[in-house]
Amino acid sequence: MAFVSPNLNLCFFTPKGNERAMYRYDEYDHALVKDRVAQFRRQVARRMSGEMTEEQFRPLRLMNGLYLQLHAYMLRVAIPYGTLDSRQLRKLAYIGRRYDKSYGHFTTRQNLQYNWPKLEETPDILAELAEVEMHAIQTSGNCIRNITSDQYAGAAADEIEDPRIWCEIVRQWSTLHPEFSFLPRKFKIAITGCENDRAAVLVHDIGLFMKRNASGGIGFKVAVGGGLGRTPFVGKIIREFLPKEDLLSYLEAILRVYNQLGRRDNKYKARIKITVHETGQEEFTRLVEEEWTQIKDTALKLPRAEMERIAAFFAPPEFNVLDGSAPIRDARIAADPAFASWVLNNTLDHKATGYSIANISLKPIGEAPGDVTSDQMDLVADLADEFSFGEIRVTHSQNLVLPHVEKESLSALFDKLAAAGLGNANVGLLSDIICCPGLDYCALATARSIPIATQITERFAEQKRLEDIGEMQIKISGCINACGHHHVGHIGILGVDRKGEEHYQIQIGGSADENATLGKILGRGFTAEEVVDVVEKIVDTYKELREGEERFIDTYRRVGQQPFKEKVYGTA
Amino acid sequence: MSQVVIASRLSDGRVVFLSKDAVEGAVVWASSLAEAALADDDSRAEEFLALSEADMLERHEILDPYLIDVVMENGEPRPTKNREVIRCFGPTVSQDFGKTSEGARP
Repeated sequence: MAFVSPNLNLCFFTPKGNERAMYRYDEYDHALVKDRVAQFRRQVARRMSGEMTEEQFRPLRLMNGLYLQLHAYMLRVAIPYGTLDSRQLRKLAYIGRRYDKSYGHFTTRQNLQYNWPKLEETPDILAELAEVEMHAIQTSGNCIRNITSDQYAGAAADEIEDPRIWCEIVRQWSTLHPEFSFLPRKFKIAITGCENDRAAVLVHDIGLFMKRNASGGIGFKVAVGGGLGRTPFVGKIIREFLPKEDLLSYLEAILRVYNQLGRRDNKYKARIKITVHETGQEEFTRLVEEEWTQIKDTALKLPRAEMERIAAFFAPPEFNVLDGSAPIRDARIAADPAFASWVLNNTLDHKATGYSIANISLKPIGEAPGDVTSDQMDLVADLADEFSFGEIRVTHSQNLVLPHVEKESLSALFDKLAAAGLGNANVGLLSDIICCPGLDYCALATARSIPIATQITERFAEQKRLEDIGEMQIKISGCINACGHHHVGHIGILGVDRKGEEHYQIQIGGSADENATLGKILGRGFTAEEVVDVVEKIVDTYKELREGEERFIDTYRRVGQQPFKEKVYGTA
Repeated sequence: MSQVVIASRLSDGRVVFLSKDAVEGAVVWASSLAEAALADDDSRAEEFLALSEADMLERHEILDPYLIDVVMENGEPRPTKNREVIRCFGPTVSQDFGKTSEGARP
């Protein structure tokens, strides 16, 4: 981890024998994380002894990812751009078993949360994480949070360039950045590797699309001011093409303008989306460009050698030379409907001939979305070693990915996943629900979300029915903060408290792709008991109205909200 | 309606209640709402809260004490607000964690 600021020179480091396509800590990284663990150990001891009050301790624990939730502390562990190797996942499994309740929860920002750590053991957990080059720094607070990315980075057939290279460069720049450690509000950056958005970048404070310009140069399209929460906005494109070497100076210019104009008087108006909205896109862009002009040719300009050095960490693994045929897979597809469904829904084409990307659904019927047991984590780590060069990815939709699996190994992989309860063939289908922890865990929540998700998956458990419905994204949040991304769900569900009772608003027509749109509220809300029936009515209406293979979102865009409203409220 | 003091235990964040010992002026933190000291009027409730806040500063065993409203159902106190019901008896999604693992049911 190196730091870049106007006052510091760029100082990236050379990889040392990295066997896997991921960044490896050097001595400075190790020292920094180790020092932070020791510092937090002392802070915890002072808090436990009473030397420090909770008011004094709270910002310090939050800087280390430790929250106090409804029932216990919660530790949020950073998973930079959703990339893990098998030893890291085994460590997460071990921590879950040794210090928590033998499970973890993957979040929409590709992080992992433990729901039951003890304060007194948290320094030990952080020390365990440091052993595998992980930490919880900047997973909370008004700073630049974990950089998220396209989960198929380095594997997708349509990728322009591996976005993790740029995520890592941004991570190094933003880690403990002295100018941006106390922003008006938290700040989230996401990068997707192509012009298709697989990382919901348009609902981030800054969203970057890798892009090729007319002359073949590779750079970024820059969106600013996206976000969900109580005032949702789709990000505005403020630059169609930014050369790669100018990435950090341009980000710095955006952050500087935000740091100056962002409101600190009202927490609910402090995100950059409000700054962009109130300033106006044109004026905000002008201010950024003006700032950028002054700093673009400083030490922030990325030298080619440094870009190449970081890129070397993400060099592709040594794929076998294959001819692309897959007779074992194809024979089983023909003979085994369960396997055929899994291949159809959970695997994608890979850029290397003969390989597939394999998604592992963490959405079993009737269970909390994104939860995974320590035993399952260990198994996925073993499978990553056996089938995917030791690499694992976390998706913002709360699933896992083995990014590099030979097509001929898919059958064996599926058997091992299915035996561990990880063989659900529902990625991208209705039961692949994004869901926040809600009022079962979260101190901010106003209603439960997990029970709504489990009831929906139970109602729509039949595989044939799921596949008939096709692509469908249901997203559930337990409060207006929208951690469950309900604004951009094809069907979005927001839990609210109404006179002490849980109530749910339904909105439809949202999407989080490169054509991101915000859903519109259907009408009056519903009780928890009514929600699943409402979802079913929406789905039935779609099935009546769709033309051919038309997806739900396309039908909605063609017919509008009215037919759904009439069916749900019986107002025809 | 009565009130009880609810708080989080400093060492592990678990939900605790000012126990019936408070009636005698002693501070003991109980893990079950059934063991909580019931304050039947505002003055008694404020007294319990002050006792809790003083204990927080003195013994550093708990944090964030506050009062919640409860009503008696089948001889047991039950919070009037949904959030507190889940805090006192939840989470509702598993019987392996939190108060549910101790036998409580929301």
